[in-house]
Amino acid sequence: MKKTFGNIYILIIMLFLYLPIMALIVLSFNEAKSMAVFTGFSLKWYDELFNSDLMISAMFNTFTIAIVSALIATVVGTMAVIGMNAMKKKSQNALMGFNNIPLLNADIVTGISLMLFMLILQIPRGYGTILFSHTTFCIPYVILSVKPRVNKRTESLYEAALDLGATGRYAFRKIVFPELWPGIFSGFLLSFTMSVDDFIITYFTRGAGINTISTLIYSQVKVGIRPSLFALSTIIFVAALVVLVIINIRQSKTDKRNKMVFNL
Amino acid sequence: MIYKRRYASPFIIWIIAGTVIPLASIAYYGFTDRTGSFTFANILAMFQPDHFQALGLSLLLSIISTLICLVLAFPMAMILKDSKFGKQGFMIFVIILPMWMNFLLRTMAWQVLLERQGVINSIITSIGLPRQELMNTPGAIVLGMVYDFLPFMILPIYNTVSKIDKHIIEAAYDLGATKRQTFTDVIIPMTVPGIVSGITMVFIPALTTFVISNMLGGGKVNLIGNIIEQEFTVNSNWYLGSGLSLVMMVFIIISMLLLQKFDKTGGENLI
Repeated sequence: MKKTFGNIYILIIMLFLYLPIMALIVLSFNEAKSMAVFTGFSLKWYDELFNSDLMISAMFNTFTIAIVSALIATVVGTMAVIGMNAMKKKSQNALMGFNNIPLLNADIVTGISLMLFMLILQIPRGYGTILFSHTTFCIPYVILSVKPRVNKRTESLYEAALDLGATGRYAFRKIVFPELWPGIFSGFLLSFTMSVDDFIITYFTRGAGINTISTLIYSQVKVGIRPSLFALSTIIFVAALVVLVIINIRQSKTDKRNKMVFNL
Repeated sequence: MIYKRRYASPFIIWIIAGTVIPLASIAYYGFTDRTGSFTFANILAMFQPDHFQALGLSLLLSIISTLICLVLAFPMAMILKDSKFGKQGFMIFVIILPMWMNFLLRTMAWQVLLERQGVINSIITSIGLPRQELMNTPGAIVLGMVYDFLPFMILPIYNTVSKIDKHIIEAAYDLGATKRQTFTDVIIPMTVPGIVSGITMVFIPALTTFVISNMLGGGKVNLIGNIIEQEFTVNSNWYLGSGLSLVMMVFIIISMLLLQKFDKTGGENLI
């Protein structure tokens, strides 16, 4: 009895989460422009999507910004964790407090604060400013992923390696880095997905004439939804599905004790 | 020592340039007028009827959405906790997957469903009922908020629920607690950190959104986020926009303090 209720409940939530997405997927193959009636199978909206120069350049911007900002954030964040460990607990806590600000703050506030900063310094807004802003909100995710990996044991192992004659650099590469690696990797992935998914902060820090996928969707939805956006939804959904499945398989292989899926 | 303090310096510089100075500039603009002199006018502008109304509506809609998310998410987390491990992993996967889809597209999906010529209306009319005006209502906005943010409520609650040692629950039964008492006196208090993180993760984006209200409200429903966004992008009145943001931040800071009080993990539940 309790079990059936549970299953029905799960089913309802699943339908709620997935029906809208399914509707978009079905409509993306619709021949007509209609948002309600399915008149016949067609791939023309996919055609339209990939023939749009705006969309192609938006995709390029989205992914290059995500990769570069995630890389910078990973380096800066990992170094920060190592550096913070040399500090007193008090200054560590203070820095972590600042670290959590972009994480907890509303995106609109982060967005306008960065926009004002650029306006004051008269930095022309464009690709570089988006990159800077994305790195700013990615660093906290890296720090939160890497920080739990640093502990006393790593430090003792490192010192043992030094006592046994390893150089500092060698011991770092062989001892410390492998300990931190899972955190670094998940920090990078989190940053990448946060950057790809971001709209609000990009919206305020981009200049005219540069688009990411998100800002392009927003400007197109404002003038009227075209079915090519349904095609885009389908592609993004399938891509997310594939990536998550791969991560899952990798994770359950490498670490069975860990939870199955990335907590995002 | 491997740990050298100077490794943190790029991070500290980034905090100063990316967080501290930008937030300080909001404060600066919020308290000055166009001539550069100090004023409270931008802050007090929140009490102008249209701004005040927008803030009230934002608070109302975001509180309703947060409560709906909580009511939907809590049973979900409990059911997930009790299901088999393999199923659990799969279910969490299923909850996370929509979060990987661009949230503009997810919001657009509801626009497609609710529109006058949309999916739901064509189902309604095909069974002979009159067309409904579903879009551009506060209800549509609440629906969009719940849809977009529900996973952010489920995951933190599930994280804390799944960490509860089942021996503690057994101990409660052994000591004579009823099912109900176990739930209210043992399980709920232990899930408070997850609930509080869930609430902040839904409430803050819901309170400050301008996208959902723009897409599902069709410009007819003005939330405080819309007003602030327009001050920056349309009216170019950064002073007023900053002042209103400062007032809005009071609510954000309150939720942050609540989170800090109840969640001692230092934000780990957030990722």
